[in-house]
Amino acid sequence: MIRIIMNGSPMEVEEGTRVLAAAQDAGVRIPTLCYHKDLCVAGNCRVCLVEVEGQRALQAACALPVSEGMTIRTNSAAVRAARKHVIELLLSEHRVDCLKCARNGNCELQNLAEEYRVEEREFIDLGLERSLDRSSPSIEKDDSKCIRCQRCVRTCTELQRISALTVAHKGSKMRVDTFFGNPLGDVVCSNCGQCVSRCPTGALVERSSIDSVWSALDNPKLHVVVQTAPAVRVSIGEELGCEPGKRATGQMVTALRRLGFDKVFDTDFTADLTIIEEGHELLRRLKAKLLDHDENTVLPMFTSCSPGWVKFLEHQFPEHLENLSTCKSPQQMFGALAKTWYASQAQVDPENVVVVSIMPCTAKKFEADRPEMRSVGARPDVDHVLTTRELARMIRQSGFDFGKLEEQAYDTLLGTSTGAGVIFGATGGVMEAALRTAYEVVTGRPVPFRNLEILPVRGMEGIREAVIPIEGCLPEWSFLEGVDLRIAITHGLANAWELIEGIKAGRLSYHFIEVMACPGGCLGGGGQPIPTDMEIRLERMAAIYEEDRQMPLRKSHENPDVQRLYEEFLKEPLGEKSHELLHTHYTAR
Amino acid sequence: MTTKEKWTRLQQQQGRVRMIFEEVDCAALLRKAISLGQESIIEWIESSGLRGRGGAGFPTGRKWRLAAAQKADRKFVICNADEGEPGTFKDRRILEEQAIKVCTGMALCALATGAREGIIYLRAEYSYLLTSLEETIQEFHLLLKKLDLPFDIVIRSGSGAYVCGEETALIESLEGRRGEPRNKPPFPVEKGLHGFPTVVNNVETLVYCAMIIERGAEAFRRLGTKDSQGGKVFSVSGDADIEGIFELELGMSLASFVDLFGDGDTKAVQVGGSSGHCVPRKKFDETVIGFEGTPTGGSMMLFNSSRSMYHILHNYLEFFEEESCGQCTPCRVGCQQLLRGIEAIKKGEKDAHYLQELLRLARTMSVSSKCGLGQSVANPFISIAQNFREEILY
Ligand SMILES: Cc1cc2nc3c(=O)[nH]c(=O)nc-3n(C[C@H](O)[C@H](O)[C@H](O)COP(=O)(O)O)c2cc1C
Ligand code: SF4
Repeated sequence: MIRIIMNGSPMEVEEGTRVLAAAQDAGVRIPTLCYHKDLCVAGNCRVCLVEVEGQRALQAACALPVSEGMTIRTNSAAVRAARKHVIELLLSEHRVDCLKCARNGNCELQNLAEEYRVEEREFIDLGLERSLDRSSPSIEKDDSKCIRCQRCVRTCTELQRISALTVAHKGSKMRVDTFFGNPLGDVVCSNCGQCVSRCPTGALVERSSIDSVWSALDNPKLHVVVQTAPAVRVSIGEELGCEPGKRATGQMVTALRRLGFDKVFDTDFTADLTIIEEGHELLRRLKAKLLDHDENTVLPMFTSCSPGWVKFLEHQFPEHLENLSTCKSPQQMFGALAKTWYASQAQVDPENVVVVSIMPCTAKKFEADRPEMRSVGARPDVDHVLTTRELARMIRQSGFDFGKLEEQAYDTLLGTSTGAGVIFGATGGVMEAALRTAYEVVTGRPVPFRNLEILPVRGMEGIREAVIPIEGCLPEWSFLEGVDLRIAITHGLANAWELIEGIKAGRLSYHFIEVMACPGGCLGGGGQPIPTDMEIRLERMAAIYEEDRQMPLRKSHENPDVQRLYEEFLKEPLGEKSHELLHTHYTAR
Repeated sequence: MTTKEKWTRLQQQQGRVRMIFEEVDCAALLRKAISLGQESIIEWIESSGLRGRGGAGFPTGRKWRLAAAQKADRKFVICNADEGEPGTFKDRRILEEQAIKVCTGMALCALATGAREGIIYLRAEYSYLLTSLEETIQEFHLLLKKLDLPFDIVIRSGSGAYVCGEETALIESLEGRRGEPRNKPPFPVEKGLHGFPTVVNNVETLVYCAMIIERGAEAFRRLGTKDSQGGKVFSVSGDADIEGIFELELGMSLASFVDLFGDGDTKAVQVGGSSGHCVPRKKFDETVIGFEGTPTGGSMMLFNSSRSMYHILHNYLEFFEEESCGQCTPCRVGCQQLLRGIEAIKKGEKDAHYLQELLRLARTMSVSSKCGLGQSVANPFISIAQNFREEILY
């Protein structure tokens, strides 16, 4: 233990502790901007300055480790003066346009300006022109709001290992930019939005679809249906005054109905459907490989529900596209079915059906826009994608008191789901859902885990692996008898990269791998409420598993509406109709 | 004094020092060092009082001792030959004429610290030196082999940015990243290149180390003052009767310096380049050139009364505005504000009161910037804006 003196009070902290954390222990909040719990320390914004006795210069609390006898003052006159200067400087470089900003009310710079009462603008306005990059369907970048904290750059490099965003130029021209300043829509960006989630200001925000959705809702000719992704129900509350971890499924359904959607459906339904299709695809690949020794079949199979991951693979490892499951993501399966099976069942003209999805994700906006995702005519199957944050904004605009909304149920047909569908929202969830079904298909018995909870695939470790021994197969699947099914789960693209490198080098070998682009899976998605950090991700994760636990049905193949869909429309997994509507292909980029 | 008298006086004064550009037998020097052993080498450097000649003035012996105390699989010695400070051009001459002594200094550091890998980080504009340096290094490697010293030197070309002379930015750039200074601690002697203990020393510092081993700590300590021992290579430029590179004792008064070099009409001297202090004529007498007074990495720029101090300050600020790495707020935005600020005052868009604001800002920059670059912008700004207030305002 190290003894230090914090604002006059002696305290003991562990060796290696940074002053910022030590202050927090002492109940002192030191303001920060470039610091983010998920990222390495940069120490470049200089807002967290503190005074350390014996040091001429002030020190960045985020970066400075404590040392024996260190005497720290977090709020001396020198500290306050410097901090205020730093904030004023940032504002002089910032296009202060708070009222029109997407982050108005949830901006770290704005909060500091308020806290330090920056009244008059003393310094010269450096007059940054608005410079919007709207080339990406997912993310919008405005350099004139950037405070150069490099949180986005660190996110893109450390967590995602993409480096679509880097630092360019130096001095007053230094800025966050793409490779050679190319438009964001033309670079290796995965659209995951993790940078958006960590931007302290409004420099990086999602491309908003709120206006388009309102006008669809306002048009009486249109039949507007909405789907909600699994991870939205456990996070939307955070935007509307609830604590992290609040399960708000029923209130959200009510809110959506009140907003005017004609039907409120659930992506969990198509998550269940994905499990049927993807599970059978896995079994077909295993059969081709193990029984027929087919050279053209590749393993491991990768999940394909995370569009950030899919685009990452298309850019970085195009030689592995054959490993990706051909299944569309639940969002896109939903879109395709809404405009075919649902339209015919509801007897509405598919031309008039508008599909809106509520996603924890910015990459879903890109995915919906992919040319492959058009089953009926030229329009995309999913017309508009809203992030969790955008839906919350619409709810606020409507003036509903979210906390007081009654809880309603989803509409049927595309709204019934199981616990297997909801756990898609957490890293490891697709794997767990797939095992619950595939194991039972092959053996006729439920997975041998208490309460169907496959704990080895759960958690927050970057790469997790497990071996599931398959025994007692039904005759049809006898070739799997005694096979040890090797699986892996990863989340965060830097981890995915490591896993693929391991496979390429022959160090690792699996049958099936779940990959989610975002840390924690969809619950930590780039469209989720800001802030998001490990504590909040864990709260949302607990809520997801709680949601699963209290569902009457926990296995995708038991979903009655999925069963009905196969009986009446699709006929069989991987059948002709499925092939047409539910599967896709990928493009090397 | 006539110019001729000045030259005579200058020769006398240089004669008292004569270390950097003297020929020495480096093989004999290294043999001596080997017989002295690690601890004695460090002791000699420590007791000589040598402080870094790259600008920051950290005691060299202490730096070597810190690195020697580290337990690590690898250690590095980096010779900082990035020489980017405006008005400084002495390292270039040393490398032209005494590269073998620079290598020898690096080998001494290796002996003292246990490093086996040396890197000369050469300013991009000095690449014309590459061939001759490579030859010297080859020769030196043969010598090392003969002496059975396991040490290797490679040259790496700088990336052209001033900030890459800052030791941690230099290391970042060696590792293939943007030259952005790191947080300290950890200091390079603990965690430097690739995370290994690394000594970064200026070219001139390393040559003095060689000379201290050659002639003994006492020969060095004898020169200069109590706080600024030894000699120093000055780069003299500007409105000077005599310009060029001169090795003189530290601790002389600026008045005698100006007597020697000035053109008789010197109104100010910028001591230490753009990041140094500007001393006005009325303070020449009281100003000591050295660590106890006004330190310098070697650059001495003389200005006569024909010069506009506004333009000089403007020029420095333009330099910093462009050369800041841009990562930290006080430096990136502060430099722009200082520059735009004096422009606005000049144009009458801001009043005299605003200059006070800018002075306060400069003080903030000096305590809140992440590295020495942003921290030292206040040196020229405050010294010029205070001493030549009228020239800035009107
Ligand atoms: C902006 C900046 C530029 C610097 N440029 C140089 C340089 O060109 N050469 C140099 O030796 N030191 C330079 N330094 C100082 C180095 O960081 C470091 O202190 C020095 O190389 C240590 O060597 P010394 O102890 O032998 O002086 C610079 C420092 C700063 C802050
Ligand atoms: S002080 Fe200037 S050069 Fe140094 S880290 Fe900050 S921005 Fe970069």
